[in-house]
Amino acid sequence: MSAEKEPLFSSKNIKLLTEPLNDSNPITVQVLGICSALAVTVKVKPAFVMAVSVMVVMAVSNVVISLLRKTVPPRIRIIVQLVVIASMVILVDQVLKAFLFDISKQLSVFVGLIITNCIIMGRLEAFALSNKPWQSFLDGIGNAAGYGIILIIVAFFRELLGSGTVWGFKVIPESVYDFGYENNGLMILPPMALIVVGVIIWVQRAKNKKLVESN
Amino acid sequence: MKSLRRYIDKLKPHFEKGGKFAKLESTFEAFESFLFVSNKVTNKGTHIRDANDMKRTMIVVVLALVPTVLFGMWNAGFQHYLATGQEGTMLEMFWIGFLKIFPIIVVSYVVGLGIEFAFAQYRGHEVNEGFLVSGMLIPLVLPVDVPLWMVAVATAFAVVIGKEVFGGTGMNILNPALTARAFLFFAYPSYMSGNSVWTHGMMSGEGIIDSFSGATPLAEAAAGNISNLPSVAEMFIGTIPGSIGETSTLAILIGAAILIITGIGSARIMISTVIGGLVMGILLNLFAVNPFMEIPAWEHLLLGGFAFGAVFMATDPVSAAQTARGKIIYGFLIGFMAILIRVINPAYPEGVMLAILLMNVFAPLIDHYVIESNIKRRLKRAKVNA
Repeated sequence: MSAEKEPLFSSKNIKLLTEPLNDSNPITVQVLGICSALAVTVKVKPAFVMAVSVMVVMAVSNVVISLLRKTVPPRIRIIVQLVVIASMVILVDQVLKAFLFDISKQLSVFVGLIITNCIIMGRLEAFALSNKPWQSFLDGIGNAAGYGIILIIVAFFRELLGSGTVWGFKVIPESVYDFGYENNGLMILPPMALIVVGVIIWVQRAKNKKLVESN
Repeated sequence: MKSLRRYIDKLKPHFEKGGKFAKLESTFEAFESFLFVSNKVTNKGTHIRDANDMKRTMIVVVLALVPTVLFGMWNAGFQHYLATGQEGTMLEMFWIGFLKIFPIIVVSYVVGLGIEFAFAQYRGHEVNEGFLVSGMLIPLVLPVDVPLWMVAVATAFAVVIGKEVFGGTGMNILNPALTARAFLFFAYPSYMSGNSVWTHGMMSGEGIIDSFSGATPLAEAAAGNISNLPSVAEMFIGTIPGSIGETSTLAILIGAAILIITGIGSARIMISTVIGGLVMGILLNLFAVNPFMEIPAWEHLLLGGFAFGAVFMATDPVSAAQTARGKIIYGFLIGFMAILIRVINPAYPEGVMLAILLMNVFAPLIDHYVIESNIKRRLKRAKVNA
């Protein structure tokens, strides 16, 4: 039946992985998942854990939905997607609680809110429902990575300027504080995350002319 | 003068297209039109000719700010001497203030104009003059002992995030000077609020006499110590602690007169802001449950940055409403919200900054509805006649 078997990492498949990193980044181009990007990016560590959690949830639920794609009646597909995502999120949440309790506490409700992350639903609807499992898996990993990269960049700047640390380690030496340097309190507040995301979008569009709309 | 003109004309070809320094064209243009009235003529569409270009407009605003700057310098010294219990002549007081405030002004201008020029160069448009005013307003809304690097960071933030991302002067939705202040207010609250930041030398605490609290009248009022309020005359003239330019209602009124007479500041906005503040003040008086709410409505106009905000910040022609009726609504709501935030919200004793920023955001919406209603009214009239 399948006359031409596609290699696992054909250029088309690689594109599924790399495209969300830049040209169709879920946060900076599609502007999805902003809510959690504002909430969990005060420090790098929680942001990283969040990114990994989203990646797991997204990759697995993409694969599951892709496997079910021919059996799910279109009318109830949203409910089915939600059930799959929700069970994954509960699993991830339990694992975090068991092994990374501190960070789980910091992320608090936002792990649970992965269920409502529009990126995941969006990819299930747009991709997994009409593609094979392997491609769906790559698509899930790619989009989660695109999401995670932005999360970690934002968190890096917010933690560096807001708390003077990166990954919990002191980066800005004490002597700088003695000169009168102060941590920027605004960086800790959510509005600054929005501004940092905005600046990232600005830089990205300045470099990648494809993204600039013509009007 | 003629030799200067000749000199510029000789330099000009180097900066035009194809010249050696063609990249610096906008910088050259900025300095040329700074020295001489531009001879560029618009050749398309109908235009009203006016000798008053942007640079001259902005300079008038800067002139209107001069009384507040001078008074602010003197008051900084005056408060310092008061705090340390020393005697000083007027000139000595002025000198202390000058030494503190002049660097802030320089930093604000150098950083702000530097970024403006860089962006103009990079994007290939002309250097906008808007920063001439913003650069003067930023120091005036800061406490006197604010570290210079904070001024630099805040100015950079205001120019880049508050203005350039929207497309530069004329496109910004928020007042840049207030953006800078809001940035500092939320980023470094310990340098922007409290009792000790308003007087020079008080943060380091050297030689401050015990009886000097340094609290602004607004802080006293918010704490309910109405009996500690200075006399009305003191608050009107401005010999009270506060941000550099905001204390003297008298100096601000002189500035307001210059702005209104030259037609550069909108009297509509100023007056409706004052009315809005008064209305809210009276409302609060009616339902007063604590001493702060009982303060006579008109006294609110002297407290904090209300006068400064109404005259210099709310009237910013870019971020304010543009239509005549819109200006009245915009101003009224600024005054109204400012007093509301000031009295009701204990976290922000100074509501003027937040009120103006909030209404900046709403200004386009107000304009939109004013224009819509105009269109509707006229359509109705047209139908009746037909």
